Amino acid sequence: MAAQDTASETRKGYSVPSNDRSPVNDLLDMPLRVVNIGLESFADDLTAEGAEVVHVDWAPPAGGDPELAALLAKLGA
Amino acid sequence: MTDIAGRIDAANQEALRRIFAGDPVLVDVVPAAEAIPALWERMILHAGPPVDWSRMCGPMRGAVAGIAVFEGWAPDLEAAAQMAGEGAFDFQPNHHFDAVGPMTGMTTISQPVMVVENRAFGNRAFCTINEGLGKVMRFGGNDAEVLDRLRWLRDGFGPAMGKALRSGGGIPLKPLVARGLTMGDEMHQRNVGCTGLMLRALSPAMAASAGDLKELSRALAFIGGNDQFFLNIAMAMGKAIMDPVRGIEASTVVTAMSRNGTDFGIRVSGTGDTWFTAPVEMPEGLYFPGFTEADANPDMGDSTIVETVGLGGFAMGAAPAVAGFVGAGTASEAANFTRAMAEITLAENPEWTIPALDYRGVPSGIDIRLVVETGLAPTINTGIAHREPGIGQVGAGVVRAPLACFRQALKAFAGQMGVA
Amino acid sequence: MSAVILNRVRKGLYIDSVALMRFSRSIAGLDGVEEAALMMGTPANLGILKDAGLLDGTGEGASGGDLVVAIRASDAAQAEAALVEAERLLDQPRGSRGEGAVWRPRSLRAAVAQMPDASLALISVPGDFAVAEARKAIRRGLHAMIFSDNVPLAEEVALKREATELGRLVMGPDCGTAIINGVPLAFANRLPQGSVGIIGASGTGIQEVSCLIARLGGGISHAIGVGGRDLGDVVGGISTLAALDMLARDKLTGHVVMISKPPSPEVTARVLARAGAIGKPVTVCFIGAAPMAMPANAEQVFTLKDAALKAVGIGEETTPRKPDIPAIAGRRGIRGLFSGGTLCAEAQAVLLAGRLQVTSNAPIPGALVVGAAEDGHLLLDLGDDAYTRGRPHPMIDPEVRGGPVREAMKDPALAVLLADVVIGHGAHPDPAGGLARAVTGARGRRAPLVIASVTGSDADPQIRSAQVSTLEEAGILVAPSNADAAAWARDAVGS
Repeated sequence: MAAQDTASETRKGYSVPSNDRSPVNDLLDMPLRVVNIGLESFADDLTAEGAEVVHVDWAPPAGGDPELAALLAKLGA
Repeated sequence: MTDIAGRIDAANQEALRRIFAGDPVLVDVVPAAEAIPALWERMILHAGPPVDWSRMCGPMRGAVAGIAVFEGWAPDLEAAAQMAGEGAFDFQPNHHFDAVGPMTGMTTISQPVMVVENRAFGNRAFCTINEGLGKVMRFGGNDAEVLDRLRWLRDGFGPAMGKALRSGGGIPLKPLVARGLTMGDEMHQRNVGCTGLMLRALSPAMAASAGDLKELSRALAFIGGNDQFFLNIAMAMGKAIMDPVRGIEASTVVTAMSRNGTDFGIRVSGTGDTWFTAPVEMPEGLYFPGFTEADANPDMGDSTIVETVGLGGFAMGAAPAVAGFVGAGTASEAANFTRAMAEITLAENPEWTIPALDYRGVPSGIDIRLVVETGLAPTINTGIAHREPGIGQVGAGVVRAPLACFRQALKAFAGQMGVA
Repeated sequence: MSAVILNRVRKGLYIDSVALMRFSRSIAGLDGVEEAALMMGTPANLGILKDAGLLDGTGEGASGGDLVVAIRASDAAQAEAALVEAERLLDQPRGSRGEGAVWRPRSLRAAVAQMPDASLALISVPGDFAVAEARKAIRRGLHAMIFSDNVPLAEEVALKREATELGRLVMGPDCGTAIINGVPLAFANRLPQGSVGIIGASGTGIQEVSCLIARLGGGISHAIGVGGRDLGDVVGGISTLAALDMLARDKLTGHVVMISKPPSPEVTARVLARAGAIGKPVTVCFIGAAPMAMPANAEQVFTLKDAALKAVGIGEETTPRKPDIPAIAGRRGIRGLFSGGTLCAEAQAVLLAGRLQVTSNAPIPGALVVGAAEDGHLLLDLGDDAYTRGRPHPMIDPEVRGGPVREAMKDPALAVLLADVVIGHGAHPDPAGGLARAVTGARGRRAPLVIASVTGSDADPQIRSAQVSTLEEAGILVAPSNADAAAWARDAVGS
């Protein structure tokens, strides 16, 4: 069996029950685990608070080329 | 999620299924003309995407002249070069004929080629036998010593190896590669472990079918004396695995990467056999004593088929020593190369795992969308040839596939999908 | 001058060929060295060394298991020195070549692969890219907090609608502050956990209310920032409604505080209806709004301070502590220089309640735009876009406020200078120091009285009480809240 990249392939948003438009409370119920994209100081502060955080070394998609970035968005990247 | 994104995901899942279902087995060694019926007199298959004589680099021209003399199409190297300039030879990429070849990648009718059969899909892929290190044709060598060795491979070693393989059921390659990964190999720059395993697998049958003890001894010494012997087998294996992945509509998975010393080319499943090319980049690495960057030839060879299936630079986490070619080279930096390649691939190979990285699988299924988005180009571990023909390897290092190839491919793919 | 060849053979020493090539390069680069190589003594390698003119008799005797150091230098002394260095490299302990480089993922996808149970993406990339990242996050099952501003409104709407379908919360854009399960996010303060949940369209508004609640002995369950445009007609309150539902279900939350500028009638009605249904007491603070009908479980207040008092169950403060403020003859003007937009708004509301004329660059209902009234009291939000284009925000760099402060200190018409000092994560390490220096540096004989407040807690890195001391040592009057500071200023000129 092919071992997929399980994190990205199997995590989906919860589907909201049809009789209730409100979001599931998982954010408030579970321990906070943050993916930080942008200012590194936010990640440093979170670490200092003892929170779990992964900092992403972000760069504009497609090296900042807007045409390619738009294509990527349409192709579901 | 749009319908297009869903179609792409489904197509890519099919591509991954085919990659992981592959069952490559080394089954034979036969003359190239027997393996490739379309191969004819004066046809010269080369590494990389299509290239004509006027654009070929020094080592490739040297190899062309040498192989023309070897096949008897020209009386000497000068005449061969003259004939090449006049259009006497039909130059074609190995890839167009189910073949791959390292560095200059010369494949012609009488050369012995190793045969790898993908038993899951029935397709076959071919690669010549690795000549060894030093002055060899894959680096553009073409003197008497080089041609004599080619003759021995054609008349002695090749048939002996073929006989040994046919006498058994063939040698399954996936498990052998899996073991090599645990031994510090990555199958591009580092094949010591797999070469040893291959020698163990072949020698009993070679001994049993040998006519002459001296010849047997010479054949075994030839394998045993060449740390890179397994490279060409790994390459044919990669081609055999990836060929059935070609032509899946809406798939963004890369099916081939290759260079001819002038251009770097990639092929993508959803766009079929179209090559997307850009000028090759210069490797960054370390040089043997007496040589520097100024002596280096630009990047060359079909060996990037190895990275295409998740080995080589992608598996650098299994081969920390190789990371030394790009600077400080600690084991954790080698691991970082593998982690970086995980950013541009869709899955981990369940059968090829890296113990030092907690048995994570090698990153597989290069997605052109992820390459363009992250700007992380595939990392390739490569040997560096001297830019003059006939001198040989002058170093080893790391080179990246040009991002331009992936951008072109993305635009073409988008156009094909009807996305502006 | 003839070159000197020097070889040394280390018997039985094996080092990987790549490491050897690195060492070779290093030795070859030494002074006076023409060429150098470290290789295992196999016949092939000896051939290479010979071809390179590096081999002498010593080296020729090496066998395959030995390591050969081969050097060619311009004289014997330099050859020796190179050899010493080569041996040092060979003898250095393994694994001493520095720590492994820490790997940082380049994409959200890789980050989630590393941390599969990630719950929130905190996004502070440039505004043009923020929504794309947030979209990726919510599609992967994360909630999103967008700190970035300059996000196109249409993108915000589309994102929040998709988030609703996926059951995810989007905080922001332009959400500077949040607290989830006691963890401060972005520009927030370290506060005790408790039962008050806050939903705020403004960062500094959340900060002021949460810090006051803590000083009154209460604590915060969660503070959810919804961004400055959520309650506008276009977005329609999507994140605010979602936040109300989440706090309704949240076991920790016993009381909800909502902070915003006044929404349109339609959005107000929708939000108040949802607030009325959550089954917990709600305190509604629409700064600058007129009194309006509230659901049975909700009460309206008009300052952040009153919101804090209500949330911890204290009635109105019966006796506001008022210091002995000297009358300032001949001067009547109040100038406000604020780093927090909502603090500026609250101060405007307090002055307007005292029937003073107020002008501002961000006027609340009842105040006028700058310059519209000659004798209006001018309260400026220095964090407004117009001031921060190409310059740091005043909360991050107090020097930005320095010029206006010095100018105000020299203004003969001013009786009072009002300022806020906001501390906590993300803020400058010493904003009080910045203000104090600007004030004392420009203070002449007849300078205006300076009244300030400090939004923060003693658990913050800057330590609130230390910031208060810094201000008081500079002769600045420190009020216990921004509302109190504005009230003191109002009373100082009102009499």
